[in-house]
Amino acid sequence: MSDHDAGAVAGFEIGELKEVEVGGRRMVLGRNKTGYFALANTCPHQGSRLSAGTLIGTAIADAAGKIKYSRDGTILRCPWHGWEFDVDSGRSLCEPERTRVAAYAAREEDGRLLVTVGSTGWGK
Amino acid sequence: MAIAPEERSTAERIEKTGVSLVDADVHNYPRSMDSLTPYMSQRWVEYVRQTGFLTPPKDEYPRFYEGAARRDAWPPNGDIPGSDPAFATMQLLDEWDIDYAILNPLYAVSRVRNLDFGNSLMRAVNEWTAHDWLDFDERYKGSIVVNFSDPPAAAEEIRRVAADPRFVQVLLLARSPAPYGRREFRPIFEAAVDVGLPIGMHFGGGGGPITATGWPSFYIEDHTGMVQSFEAQVLSMVCEGLFVEFPTLRVVLIEAGFAWLPPLMWRLNKNFRGLRQEVPWLKKMPSEYIQEHFRATTQPMEEPENPEHLLQIMDMLGRDDFLMFATDYPHWDFDAPDRAIPASVRGERRDGIMFKTAMEMYDFERS
Repeated sequence: MSDHDAGAVAGFEIGELKEVEVGGRRMVLGRNKTGYFALANTCPHQGSRLSAGTLIGTAIADAAGKIKYSRDGTILRCPWHGWEFDVDSGRSLCEPERTRVAAYAAREEDGRLLVTVGSTGWGK
Repeated sequence: MAIAPEERSTAERIEKTGVSLVDADVHNYPRSMDSLTPYMSQRWVEYVRQTGFLTPPKDEYPRFYEGAARRDAWPPNGDIPGSDPAFATMQLLDEWDIDYAILNPLYAVSRVRNLDFGNSLMRAVNEWTAHDWLDFDERYKGSIVVNFSDPPAAAEEIRRVAADPRFVQVLLLARSPAPYGRREFRPIFEAAVDVGLPIGMHFGGGGGPITATGWPSFYIEDHTGMVQSFEAQVLSMVCEGLFVEFPTLRVVLIEAGFAWLPPLMWRLNKNFRGLRQEVPWLKKMPSEYIQEHFRATTQPMEEPENPEHLLQIMDMLGRDDFLMFATDYPHWDFDAPDRAIPASVRGERRDGIMFKTAMEMYDFERS
């Protein structure tokens, strides 16, 4: 595993998505209220650039008709077919065991965003 | 040690009863209003006499043969097909050695605009089934006819009739005024779950144009195109969260065919991956709800040119215990128990279709 400098955090706003190449990998970097995240930037469905998607929350419900908006800023929605991914795990909300994008650990250090690239690419 | 009923396996039940053939779709018809008026209040008996009421609205298309019936299903007494229990018993149960036959009276009480009159007819049909058919031969089992135009009344009728253990399901029709997943129908499903009976949803019904693009011209289009109503119902029941609210609810698709189900599951799953947020109460992939909660009867079974393709479609359903044999007696498109299922369907799969899945779905000897 190795840390890669993914650029300065200055000006990286909450809710923002960026496409960057880190350690030879095309990634989407994002920032939400709890910190930064890094995912592979290719949707496993049909190859869209996830960085063109939206960083939002989603609808959840415990019972039919009891709908709530939740998890604001923790879901990355594909710009094409709307597949939803948890930004921390990279896992699909519908089929977490079957579908995911590679997720990498990301953290701020001395004003720089560091992304850890592991041998498997599945990160955290 | 005594075994609780729910722990008794299907195999044990079959061994005990010697069952080898269940017919999951048979139709009984009142010969006239005279069959029903003994079970109606004086108010509605007088109404029937005064108005000359003959029958609820019937189908939009002449159905090939009169009464949509096999030409040999007319009883010798001249009454309509399916109206004479003795003749039907001889021609169906005895002829084919059927162990249990589920009666589905296609009496369109839900299409009667006067809800109170429709409810009176609903109760009368169920009483008539009990007295004229279930009393006649214990191999007959009943479906509870409900007025789905009045869901609270339908729920009340389900609770009333279910006290008679010879009734084994609640009967709905595929063409309803709105898809059954919508909230106004919840009382029906709540009652069915409360009394522990499955819903049988049968070909037919009414309420609007029979296709989503208006009225076709011919019965052949009506018959073939019924699938779209079933598709709309399955989609609605799953997407509206009916099985989230009622995890024990079971639904039998009757006279729907089944080859359309795999592609429906694929389309629905594919869309769910993007559109899940509209129906976030679904906790599993939509196909899992379909495979868990639905079953289908075979008749009228799709007949691919290559019989091997039928086996492939059965595989695509995703479980072996999905299909139940049905004849649809006395209708003209009757499936013969010894001919309808291709020889390529063998062994356990054949036994499942001919009786085992029905024995799982229905408790024929409940008390």
